[in-house]
Amino acid sequence: MREAPIVIVRDLVKTFAARGASLRAVDGVSFDVGQGETLGLVGESGSGKSTTGRILVGLEAATSGSIRLFDQEISPASGKAALRAVRRRLQFVFQDPQNSLNPRMRAQDAIAEPLDVAGGLSRAARNDRVRELLEMVGLPRSCGDRFPHEFSGGQRQRIGIARALALKPEFIVCDEPVSSLDVSMQAQIVNLLLDLQERLGLSYLFIAHDLAVVRSISARVAVMYAGSIVEIAPRHELYTSPRHPYTQALLAAIPRVKPNKARAAVVTGELPSQIDTVPGCTFHPRCPFAFERCRAEKPKLREIAPSHLAACHLHDVPA
Amino acid sequence: MTDVGLVAPSTQILAERRRFRVLRKLAAHRSFKIGLVLVTVLALCAIIGPMLTGTDPTAMSIRYRFKPPSARFPFGSDQYGRDILTRVLYGGRLSLGIGFSVALLSGVFGAMIGILAGYFRALDPYVMRLMDALMAFPAILLAIGIGAALGAQASSIVVALSVAYVPRTARIVRASVLVIREMEYLQAARVSGAGDAHIIVKHVLPNCLGPLIVQLTFIFAYAILAEATLSFLGIGPPPPAPSWGNIIAEGRDYSVEAWWVMLFPGLAVSLAALGMNLLGDGLRDVLDPRLKIET
Repeated sequence: MREAPIVIVRDLVKTFAARGASLRAVDGVSFDVGQGETLGLVGESGSGKSTTGRILVGLEAATSGSIRLFDQEISPASGKAALRAVRRRLQFVFQDPQNSLNPRMRAQDAIAEPLDVAGGLSRAARNDRVRELLEMVGLPRSCGDRFPHEFSGGQRQRIGIARALALKPEFIVCDEPVSSLDVSMQAQIVNLLLDLQERLGLSYLFIAHDLAVVRSISARVAVMYAGSIVEIAPRHELYTSPRHPYTQALLAAIPRVKPNKARAAVVTGELPSQIDTVPGCTFHPRCPFAFERCRAEKPKLREIAPSHLAACHLHDVPA
Repeated sequence: MTDVGLVAPSTQILAERRRFRVLRKLAAHRSFKIGLVLVTVLALCAIIGPMLTGTDPTAMSIRYRFKPPSARFPFGSDQYGRDILTRVLYGGRLSLGIGFSVALLSGVFGAMIGILAGYFRALDPYVMRLMDALMAFPAILLAIGIGAALGAQASSIVVALSVAYVPRTARIVRASVLVIREMEYLQAARVSGAGDAHIIVKHVLPNCLGPLIVQLTFIFAYAILAEATLSFLGIGPPPPAPSWGNIIAEGRDYSVEAWWVMLFPGLAVSLAALGMNLLGDGLRDVLDPRLKIET
């Protein structure tokens, strides 16, 4: 069995006020991330995957639900003090390093910012740590005095990662860290993240919309649709025997070199409105297998095989 | 790791060069150079010029009234027989001093107000409506009002013009802050645990400084012009101490017969304003590190 999870999320809900109505961006999400594990979180734009990650690091406040980070309860009630206690052990890698690095801050200062904020390091120790971090992410030790625009996209993302590593965190939320990079650079960054995980024993929540990237880095993968997790399973199982119709459709949509195999129908239509929520399963308007119950009752995420959970009435044990 | 290899060679030399990158770019910028030369020459004249002429700017001599430019009076003399060159040199101290003080004051207060309004959104409506109210008055009218209330002296002109120009700088800074506060690097700083003070000092202020400095060079130029206008209207720094504005004001009645009285201080005002504007253009081009300039 896996070790005790270091991140436990239960029934996380985030609603945004939108023109008088409320939009449920995250609608009852629950998952765990174990020590040294990578959980991939995939979904299309607007499925709430980024919001989930942002709530974890405190960039957004959850509307309800509970988050347990390193045995520390973070709830809307416990507020910022609790988050501050675990802040150093928790970091975030942004999607686009072009925007997440201050254009007027040299690489060394961007990397050292978490150190500077935390304080307690001598100038020399700080600079040594910066050089060490540069080396860890595969950049020359001497490039610290350059500005972000003097680096390539891949190098900038390395700086973003070095910055996230500065305080020796244990858990890093990566919000689409390679989506803004070209394919060869994506592979390099993914390999860097895997390498760092091995060396430092990091845990990742890896958010992406690219199933191929998620497959190469995750131990387990969670699929989000319209604010909820519809399926969560070990990587191999999810990719070889997806159980939720949405996951099946997503996998079928991956372009293949030899498109000769029979494929599941690619879903058409759009994400449902998260303001005027439909009753029942959020996927039923697009689901080819929808039946009466799907229109009336929202399916719960439940174990349908060992460590394989899906939220679909199709997999209910017949009563 | 091909992308890493690119930076490896001669990083030491590159680092050395980068340190002076902004200066080198400025040195290559033509209008900045012209502006810098103009402003420097005028400032130098104002600072050391009076020591060289040896004449008193207020010394009158009825014998030499309205002398056209000559060897003795290079810029001519006015209705009291005072040397216009000396008066223009001394006047530069006052006029440029007023311009600099106004730019500094409206810059500091405008930046503070703009950052407050842009960063702490709850304050925004109150602060900016106040700025709008100030802005609703033409700057010169506002300055006349404040100047009249405080009495005709150089310091009240500085206060009056600063108040008149603060809304502009506040608006520029607020606009920059509104863009900067949405930047991901602010969120990145927040994830690093940074508080508002750290974020304002390290991220917001440096990134809104570019447009602010550019705006301040223009305000410097406006202030010099406004000082001349106020003096012309009779509420500038009081005579006999010369400022460019009041030399022009005093010469206005004799502009047909003694054109030199108005021409030379007028030229000084124009050159100073032109110089500051060119300087501002150059700074704007260079201070934005993402903007590629062709020279």
